[in-house]
Amino acid sequence: MKASAFDYARPASVREALELLGRHGDAAKLIAGGQSLVPALNLRLLAPEILIDLGGLADLRGITVEGATVRIGAMTRHADLLGSPVIAEKLPLVAAAMPHIAHPAIRNRGTIGGNLAHADPASELPAVMQAIDAVIVVRDASGERRIAARDFFTGIYETALRDGEMIVAVEAPVAAKDERIFFHEFSRRSGDYAIVGLAARATGSGNALADLRLAYFSVGDKATLAERAAAVLGAGPVDATRLAAAQAALAEDLSPQDDQQASGSTRLHLSRVVLARAIAVLTGDASLAGRATA
Amino acid sequence: MTATVSITLTVNGETVRAEVPPRMHLADFLRERLALTGTHIGCEHGVCGACTVRLDGEIVRGCLVLAVQANGMSVETVEGASDSGELQDLQDAFRERNALQCGYCTPGMLLTAQELLAKGGVPDRETIREHMSGNYCRCTGYQAIVDAVETTARNRAAARG
Ligand SMILES: Cc1cc2nc3c(=O)[nH]c(=O)nc-3n(C[C@H](O)[C@H](O)[C@H](O)COP(=O)(O)OP(=O)(O)OC[C@H]3O[C@@H](n4cnc5c(N)ncnc54)[C@H](O)[C@@H]3O)c2cc1C
Ligand code: FES
Ligand code: FES
Repeated sequence: MKASAFDYARPASVREALELLGRHGDAAKLIAGGQSLVPALNLRLLAPEILIDLGGLADLRGITVEGATVRIGAMTRHADLLGSPVIAEKLPLVAAAMPHIAHPAIRNRGTIGGNLAHADPASELPAVMQAIDAVIVVRDASGERRIAARDFFTGIYETALRDGEMIVAVEAPVAAKDERIFFHEFSRRSGDYAIVGLAARATGSGNALADLRLAYFSVGDKATLAERAAAVLGAGPVDATRLAAAQAALAEDLSPQDDQQASGSTRLHLSRVVLARAIAVLTGDASLAGRATA
Repeated sequence: MTATVSITLTVNGETVRAEVPPRMHLADFLRERLALTGTHIGCEHGVCGACTVRLDGEIVRGCLVLAVQANGMSVETVEGASDSGELQDLQDAFRERNALQCGYCTPGMLLTAQELLAKGGVPDRETIREHMSGNYCRCTGYQAIVDAVETTARNRAAARG
């Protein structure tokens, strides 16, 4: 199908973009990589009156390290993150997730800002951002706000962004020296949206897991930290009993949905399977991997 | 409302100036304005890869880039990459391996494969499949396509010595 007609503006600065956004309000849509927006336009799920193209905002593109913080500009593309030695070294969980996001041609256009603003519950990065304690930096005409990733995603395609605000950057702490990570998703075909996915990280050594984050995606209406399960696993050395208790706790942490890909109960089961695999990797105790059900 | 926008871009090495409605995507622009019909249109929402073209040297979905967004950029289509001869051996391998039947997916397959091949080396079949995972083929069942890409990678590596 073809998109309905709209006007087009290509601001040369963030200030100008925000000014246009303020002026046109609901009638406007920002376009970054267009990899989620243009499909929605072509399917006529959206019919904005004007598109504000962020493609000219070079200062929103790039990855910098300032002290113990990595800052990623909103217009940094998936392909830039995938190819970045800085990301591989400083944010290994982001690096691990990138190959799972879409396909090469889409990664050459799609941006981190667009991906997070789109807030697809099946998307990898909203979970990864919560797992690494990232902060989403947003701006409107009156100034900047910093929103913890865990507070940013509020529902299906819904975020804490207010009218007139846009994402300008993401900031995340550099991974600790002893950081251990796990990333896995179940999907039907490489590059497809996940049926269930888990981005996890912890510090510590052996079966003592500190600062454990278990960020699930494609389970429920938004990427979610499984805090009860993480608390169970963090309360003492991890063994099969503790893992089983954490798997049971996932029933309270997660609200898996039924859809054409899988039923809610399948999703809960897969969430437990992937938790066992994660804990096996994070603790280095391979015997825990097979403990699929609680 | 919805005035057309003037754009200037390079298409297969030639400078093109045009007035386009903002909603026109690049694949339609190439096909309808420039009669470059090698760029195919399947789904128009990013899923099939039939519309693959190069934008500033990188493959993109032609249906997910607006022509206005390509203003000032360089576009290459399968026609350009074919005329320059850079795809010749890959095209020969596709023919020899029966890697096309109806040919609808082929322009996208060629440009996508060429991006992987341009990195050099001989990717394994898993890597080839992964790289090509965003391109649908309704005819061949993919094996022959992977064969053709693998054969070309080997031949090019051998030619490099
Ligand atoms: C076939 C296909 C498969 C895909 N598979 C995956 C996948 O497996 N995992 C995955 O995560 N994604 C996937 N995607 C989506 C892809 O990652 C998109 O690139 C991403 O979701 C949106 O980024 P974008 O830059 O293209 O944003 P756009 O499409 O330009 O914009 C998306 C939304 O965000 C808004 N927006 C954009 N930038 C900003 C900003 N700076 N501030 C505020 N709002 C903004 C726009 O107004 C729009 O509402 C897939 C896409 C396709 C077509
Ligand atoms: S027509 Fe563009 S991906 Fe299908
Ligand atoms: S040859 Fe027919 S779709 Fe691939």
